[in-house]
Amino acid sequence: MSNNTVPSSKPVKSTDLHIGEAEPGCKKRDPILVADGVSRSFGGLTAVDVDHVEIPRGAITALIGPNGAGKTTLFNLLTGFDKPDTGSWTFEGRPLSGMPAFKVARMGQVRTFQLTKALGLLTVMDNMLLGAKGQAGENLFRAIFPFFWSKQEEANRARAIDILERFKLDTKKDDYAASLSGGQRKLLEMARALMSEPSLVMLDEPMAGVNPALTQSLLDHILNLKAQGMTVLFVEHDMHMVRHIADWVIVMAEGRVVAEGDPHEVMRNPAVIDAYLGQHHDEDLGEDPSAETEHVEAIKELLE
Amino acid sequence: MIDWGAIFSNAAVELISPTTAAYALAALGLAIHFGYTGLLNFGQAGFMALGAYGFAISTLSFGFPVWGAVLVGIGASVIFALVLGIPTLRLRADYLAIVTIAAAEIVRLLFTTNTFQALTGSANGLSGYKGGFSDLNPIPEGRYGFGPFEYNEYDWWLRIVAWSIVVLACLFTWQIMRSPWGRVIKGIREDEDAVRALGKNVYSYKMQSLILGGAFGTIAGMIFVLPRAVVPSNYQTSLTFFIYAILLLGGASTILGPVIGSMVFWVLLSFFSGFIARAVEAGWIPFITSIQAGQLRFILVGVAIMLIVIFRPQGIFGNKKELAFVK
Repeated sequence: MSNNTVPSSKPVKSTDLHIGEAEPGCKKRDPILVADGVSRSFGGLTAVDVDHVEIPRGAITALIGPNGAGKTTLFNLLTGFDKPDTGSWTFEGRPLSGMPAFKVARMGQVRTFQLTKALGLLTVMDNMLLGAKGQAGENLFRAIFPFFWSKQEEANRARAIDILERFKLDTKKDDYAASLSGGQRKLLEMARALMSEPSLVMLDEPMAGVNPALTQSLLDHILNLKAQGMTVLFVEHDMHMVRHIADWVIVMAEGRVVAEGDPHEVMRNPAVIDAYLGQHHDEDLGEDPSAETEHVEAIKELLE
Repeated sequence: MIDWGAIFSNAAVELISPTTAAYALAALGLAIHFGYTGLLNFGQAGFMALGAYGFAISTLSFGFPVWGAVLVGIGASVIFALVLGIPTLRLRADYLAIVTIAAAEIVRLLFTTNTFQALTGSANGLSGYKGGFSDLNPIPEGRYGFGPFEYNEYDWWLRIVAWSIVVLACLFTWQIMRSPWGRVIKGIREDEDAVRALGKNVYSYKMQSLILGGAFGTIAGMIFVLPRAVVPSNYQTSLTFFIYAILLLGGASTILGPVIGSMVFWVLLSFFSGFIARAVEAGWIPFITSIQAGQLRFILVGVAIMLIVIFRPQGIFGNKKELAFVK
């Protein structure tokens, strides 16, 4: 990845999100999602073991960590796609634990997937319309009589075109989603999630496998979500992007939250360097030169 | 010399026969399951058996009127769908395939066993349940029609009812599949996790699909037994496979596919069996006995279906564009 992946406009960062020290599990001024004691193990392996974590409202929070840190597992737990061994969490003050995935989504917490799940043999428009909430025509008995749902369908269609235009997919609306490129599918998945008018958008590796030019537009779209008042939580590997768009960073390693904080601060945190050392010792973690020399020193110290 | 006229007119008869209608309706149910929802139901024969026996037993043993007997059959298939679906619809698609194939066999063996002979007639099956249906016939006695399509009043009544049901079922399926409900169903076929992430209760939709397609199979089972008797050996797994053949022939996620597929299937079957039987009689195929000839028709139909699937894999009505993206 190179530097031309910087968003076209300088993002406005949200600050002053936390109360007290920026440490793992610290309190937020206005949390949208609060999780307590969430753990999940697969056989002998504890994939997730998070004591306490809060996601700040109206900000972009990045969830980072090396491979196998449990980021996606935590995502699956929070969205109801997996059941935890222990733990509870609330979303907008309402308890969510044990709730099936479709109910979580209806409450306004919508996710995307690491491996894009575009519905291939549906048109782009049908993909979008599927995202709309509370459709009368999705009831089998009302589906028989179009007058129950045709008006709502028209409204949803207009809204879908509006969103597709923003994502520059409007010319593709009658094509099968399977005919889109990998990056366009990522865009479609994000656009589809927006159809449900979510309050929290959870993006699992939105930039994975996307070319640099498209990454830039994806980053712009993520910043737009925030501008429209949505909260974003995303998983990412690439520190450059995290640094540019995230207001808050949560670092996971071996299933635990090891650090939290402002993106610039958190990358100087020794716990973060430790977490990445195993696989990223010969890569820079960011483009901040002062942070970099510190990393190198930290690594040297550890090697001695 | 071969009597081509007889072969062709026998084949043409199959075009509107009630059996063709029954297979078309069963295949339409399977299109809802497999073509639209992606549920691998290999137990359509079980749903048909429940329709046939539900109708026959409630008429013969309990003296139900026609509408009551129809409701009993549909009720039985709804319960069957729930019993199949509750444990398996949460699992991957292939589990449903295994469970449905086993459940359909259990149903058939229950109807075959001697234990319930008083009700089911065991291996001999049931007959004499058509009185109520033919009493409803408004057509006066006599023979009607032209050419190969000349029948008495009962046969016409049966054909009219059977094909009316098929037409209504097609219109109903067409309407729901172009509604938002159908969109969710097709989404589930593509990727159920994605649909779940958009706030749809996938499990409930799959259950609705299983019940609806099963009910179509059940009504097909009733139509199937009106021109003949109820015999348990008709409901073997091969029946399900014939219906799958019809579905793939016509196009799996189409409305007209199952109907035209069923017509093509039965006309071809009748044509081949007529042709081979007469060709053997005429000494054209000296190495085959007339008994072997009876079986050869299935081989030829199999070859014809293979050719269609190889050279037109989307079926007769399927959309060629869809195949460009099949993984």
